[in-house]
Amino acid sequence: MNRRRSVTITVILALIAVGIGIWLSYEIRWFPVAASKQAVNSDRLYHVLVIASIPIFVLVVTAILFNVWNFRMRPGEELKDGAPIHGNTRLEVFWTAIPTVLLLSLVGYSFVVLHENEKKPAREIKIGVTGQQFVWTYQYPRALTGGAPLNSYELYIPRNESVQFQIHSRDVIHAFWVPAFRLQEDAVPGITTNWRVTATRLGTYPVICNLLCGAGHSLMRSAVHVVSQARFQEWLKSQASAAAGGSSGAAAAGGSAG
Amino acid sequence: MFLGGIVFAFFLTWVIRASTGHSTFHHYISGDAITTVALMAAPLGFLVGLGGFDYWFYWASGRKTRPEDHSGHGAYTWRDYFRINTDHKVIGIQYTVNSFIFLLIGGLLAMLMRAQLAQPGSHFVSANTFNGLFSVHASLLIFLFIIPVFAGLGNYVIPLMIGAPDMAFPRLNALSFWLLPVAGIMMLGSFFAPGGAFADGWTAYTPLSDTAPVGQVFFSVAVQFAGASSIMTALNFLVTIITMRAPGMSFFRLPLLVWANFATSLLVVIATPFIAASQFFILLDRGLGFNFFNAAKGGDVLMYQHVFWFYSHPAVYIMMLPGFGIISEVIAVKARKPIFGYRMMAFSLLAIVGLGFTVWAHHMFTSGMAAWIRIPMAITTAIIAVPTGIKIFSWLATLFRGVLRLDTPMLFALGFLATFTLGGISGVMLAMIPFDIHVSATYFIVAHIHYVLFGGSLMTIFAGVYYWFPKMTGRMYDERLGKWHFWLTFVFMNATFGPMHVIGLQGMPRRVATYASEFAGMNLFISIASFFLGASTLIFVYNMITSWRGGPRATGNPWRGMTLEWQVSSPPPVFNFDRVPTVVGGPYEYGIPGAVHGIFAPPPVPATVGAGSGAATPQGP
Repeated sequence: MNRRRSVTITVILALIAVGIGIWLSYEIRWFPVAASKQAVNSDRLYHVLVIASIPIFVLVVTAILFNVWNFRMRPGEELKDGAPIHGNTRLEVFWTAIPTVLLLSLVGYSFVVLHENEKKPAREIKIGVTGQQFVWTYQYPRALTGGAPLNSYELYIPRNESVQFQIHSRDVIHAFWVPAFRLQEDAVPGITTNWRVTATRLGTYPVICNLLCGAGHSLMRSAVHVVSQARFQEWLKSQASAAAGGSSGAAAAGGSAG
Repeated sequence: MFLGGIVFAFFLTWVIRASTGHSTFHHYISGDAITTVALMAAPLGFLVGLGGFDYWFYWASGRKTRPEDHSGHGAYTWRDYFRINTDHKVIGIQYTVNSFIFLLIGGLLAMLMRAQLAQPGSHFVSANTFNGLFSVHASLLIFLFIIPVFAGLGNYVIPLMIGAPDMAFPRLNALSFWLLPVAGIMMLGSFFAPGGAFADGWTAYTPLSDTAPVGQVFFSVAVQFAGASSIMTALNFLVTIITMRAPGMSFFRLPLLVWANFATSLLVVIATPFIAASQFFILLDRGLGFNFFNAAKGGDVLMYQHVFWFYSHPAVYIMMLPGFGIISEVIAVKARKPIFGYRMMAFSLLAIVGLGFTVWAHHMFTSGMAAWIRIPMAITTAIIAVPTGIKIFSWLATLFRGVLRLDTPMLFALGFLATFTLGGISGVMLAMIPFDIHVSATYFIVAHIHYVLFGGSLMTIFAGVYYWFPKMTGRMYDERLGKWHFWLTFVFMNATFGPMHVIGLQGMPRRVATYASEFAGMNLFISIASFFLGASTLIFVYNMITSWRGGPRATGNPWRGMTLEWQVSSPPPVFNFDRVPTVVGGPYEYGIPGAVHGIFAPPPVPATVGAGSGAATPQGP
């Protein structure tokens, strides 16, 4: 009867809404450009999450609108009550079990991505990152420079190579965040934290302090330059010679105490 | 005159507070310690002056103590709301009004923030002031609005709902209220401290808060007062609900609002001491050099975050569960149907209480804690969405085949279902560690928390205030203004917080006074929407004030509700029930011909009425 027709129409409208939602989720530019292997993985995770979320949100909103449309009080019904339905065990088991399975599979998938993003590669280089109010400095160890360790205000990393950042803080907590890599971790006084990234795209990307560290927090910015392997070696060499000449600001950056 | 004495004490303690709390440390600039002591001592002086500890003093000095005879119950003029009163209905209104004042102040601080953020690089306020603005905004709205306003509504309604004449500990109840203005004024007062207000967020992460200017102490001490208030009220709720239910009111006949506050109170008494501890660590570090968080001396910086979030994650549920209760009441009555799956609704509250203590470190996925902790925390965080989902689906099923009255409380309840679902979905997304690593501490988090606390808690609070307004004031509110208020709030709430998801994903950090120019357009849009959102609240304030003063008289049961608070007059008699009710059925038996929740026993021997000795003793139905 009438009820069945309105259910059919509602289901069709809901499916259309889900379709539009999923289409939009592909059209919207959610993220800054993905410049690392990890970014590609976590963007895919995000898309899966959005696509899983849209039907649930549409279901809730549709159910509200369906009920409002069909069961709103009409004039003359001021004293009327609804149907005395106390529950339905099968339905309740259903909407406990299905979300549990869905949530566990999503969180399982997220662990796969996490493992993929964080697993230790056969070869990687290590670069130190130090936060202090309100600047970032970067430490290149002997293993990279071939000579004296280098302390720099600038961050250059080679493309297609796994880099592990070892993050320290000199004063309060900061967070070392590169949105283009989708990675961050706090710089915590007293301990060393880290994350590893394989940059895949040449370019310069913002480095942002993402944990409130005082009055200058908003301006605690830096940049990461992703360059080719050859250009990276060249840059290291130029920094080393500048440091040797003693004229560059790079060597003085943040002191050498580490 | 007694009233004069109260007013005198009120002013005297204010003078003392002003001289010790403010002038003194201008003279002794060294004085973090002086400030700390003054901030603790002056409010206690205020409470003593107000009469909050009279009984103890009488007892200690050997004078004759006055047993609580409830002679001070009821408020007869507006002045009665400004002194110690042990009537749960007076306290409920004190709580609620006080909370809404802080909502307006906290909202105003948000407007100032949005004015600064309307354009990148603007200098509307300094960076330090800006940090103070969002810190005080969050602290006020969490500790002085959402938590206490639920306690206020609960205070008013719970004894009525369970058929009790008052709360179990009326004097404690009065004291717990008066701690709140103290905490609120202290937080606001920090703006006048040298170095400005506390400016490291409501999270007060160390070591920044260890070394921040003295404004930080105002936060750390104020939280003790607000927290003590929370704990007292929660204990009071627990004892009241356990021991003072009317005859026949078994746990599974309790209205879900009572269940929700029972669950919340469990959370409060277990969790709140942890935030008190976290702030004592900071006070000890600052005042006495304990080096809890000084890494150079072997302190452990991450420990603060664990202790802090061990409270502050359950606090999210403290700020949400009472709202769930309100929604259950509103939806059952306005849809004219029994709540779908009542027992599952109650059990899912308890499930949230249990699981709520197992998820705290999901706030710390990027904090540098041991990596493995993230795995169990992510699983529990995903799973805690299941009981919440059960509640959402049950409310939706309750609507099915009802007769929906789409008035203001119901609109807020339905709006809540939509916006809170969105907040819940973004919450589940944040459980996914690789995604969380990117958006942690960005505007995505700001969007998420505001969908949960504004789209969730505040919507339920508005629903509850409109719903019980006739009961609390004896007047009806203006329905047309109420609907305007809902639609403006709903539209501009989404316009304000929706776009924040996107700028967060795109890389805008939170807690910044300026930002990259690529976010300028979105931020301007958000700022404008937020000003309209703020303005929509004025409609609510106008409606409440004018309706309270001159609205049409409300009948005892304007919504034809079954729960006990609707079976008495509006406002209720001073001792709630002239005759002790006996509960004979469930609270939501709508649609069943002849079903009743409670009946009023024939009057007992008149002498027992009014002693307020507790309705739990069956008085012969």
